[in-house]
Amino acid sequence: MEKQLLRITVNNQYHELYIEPKRLLVEVLRNELELTGTKRACSTGACCACSVILNGMAVKSCSILAMQADECEVSTVESLSESGELTPLQKAFLDFGAFQCGFCTSGMLMSATAFLWENPKPTVNQIREAMHGNLCRCTGYNSIIRAMKAVADGKY
Amino acid sequence: MIRDFVYFKAETVKETLNLLDKHKDDYKIICGGQSLLILMRQGLVAPANLIDIKNVKELSYVEFDPKKGLKIGATTSHREIEKSKVLKKHYPILVDMEETIASNQTRNWGTIGGNLCHGDPTGDPGPVFIALNASVKIADKKNERIMLLDDFFVDYFETELQEGELLLEIQIPVISPLTAIAYEKFNIIKNDQGIVSVAVSITLTKNDNSCKDARIALGGAASKPLRIKEAEQLLIGGKLTDKLLEKTGETASELTDPVSDIHASEVYRRYLVEVLTKRMVKKAWEQAKLNMS
Repeated sequence: MEKQLLRITVNNQYHELYIEPKRLLVEVLRNELELTGTKRACSTGACCACSVILNGMAVKSCSILAMQADECEVSTVESLSESGELTPLQKAFLDFGAFQCGFCTSGMLMSATAFLWENPKPTVNQIREAMHGNLCRCTGYNSIIRAMKAVADGKY
Repeated sequence: MIRDFVYFKAETVKETLNLLDKHKDDYKIICGGQSLLILMRQGLVAPANLIDIKNVKELSYVEFDPKKGLKIGATTSHREIEKSKVLKKHYPILVDMEETIASNQTRNWGTIGGNLCHGDPTGDPGPVFIALNASVKIADKKNERIMLLDDFFVDYFETELQEGELLLEIQIPVISPLTAIAYEKFNIIKNDQGIVSVAVSITLTKNDNSCKDARIALGGAASKPLRIKEAEQLLIGGKLTDKLLEKTGETASELTDPVSDIHASEVYRRYLVEVLTKRMVKKAWEQAKLNMS
């Protein structure tokens, strides 16, 4: 199949790539750009582990064709600590033990980051609503919610 | 594994309709793709040509006119509907419904037109739009037509859209102050697909609490979103009594055609239809009364 040109800005870096149109965004991020922080888990759009931020919105990179992100800006988990320092949310995740195996964490962080841009002072219920798509099989979620609430309350 | 296809990115309606016409034999339209890509990955859908309309911005809008009603462009995302201040004010049922659909991530990228064209009988917007008496505007390269959403759904994952046709817009009439709408879906995990869902619209007669008009639409109860006109007829002209509610719930339940699957048996779905229909008729009716007073 003929490859097509994809122009994509990922973590503030512009790329021009030739890809098969059937490639999913998560595949291009991980395999072409070697940004393996984004995890592919269920591949059916059910778990949100592959969440990235596309043009300011959290989306599932396993449920978007890479070609649909043509001329878009994508941020992955690698962008969070580009300056060498962890973001407040990452610090809070560490302090609250908001992960165990860590497989869902990059998706959690990206969903939480986009949500806190949208709603910087959420209630616990709003956090629960916003994050319910992101599945975690280890933490029981409370530590994640506490970490987010602590950031929202300005403790970081 | 997704099978190979040729990818086209359209930016205008005209360009889309030309592409649809050109590739009539074998294409699929993708917008948000939140349902389509799952089917493609499973190999259930394998189009030779994939026509992407996500960038057809002229179809992304929510327009409200107090006299003409509401128009929602087909490529409007679920999240745009959920966040719309105009809808919150004039059609709050749509905002409430959106909040029960999947995750933020899905609603950010998935679109209202895509949801309807996917033709999933358990989809949320179908029954709610039918209760709101919605129509859809459809076009092909040569013509444009408008049809009631009641007639749009044909069968499982099948709609009236013909080869070369594109859904442009959903149109909803103005809601009378004497009308109220209620929607609820039953599921095990919040924001999952509904096992059964029921949307009801009740219009009361002015200065009287009798029912002037009613619409009952069900999701997950047949091979397509289903309107139960027989149950509506029972309500019209009636007063809200337990007996009327019982009869309406029973009628709706009898006239459904649900399947048994891993989520629920046919018997259980019928039971849910009965319970939810009664509950939603009552809720809409009481809300309409409140609106009047």
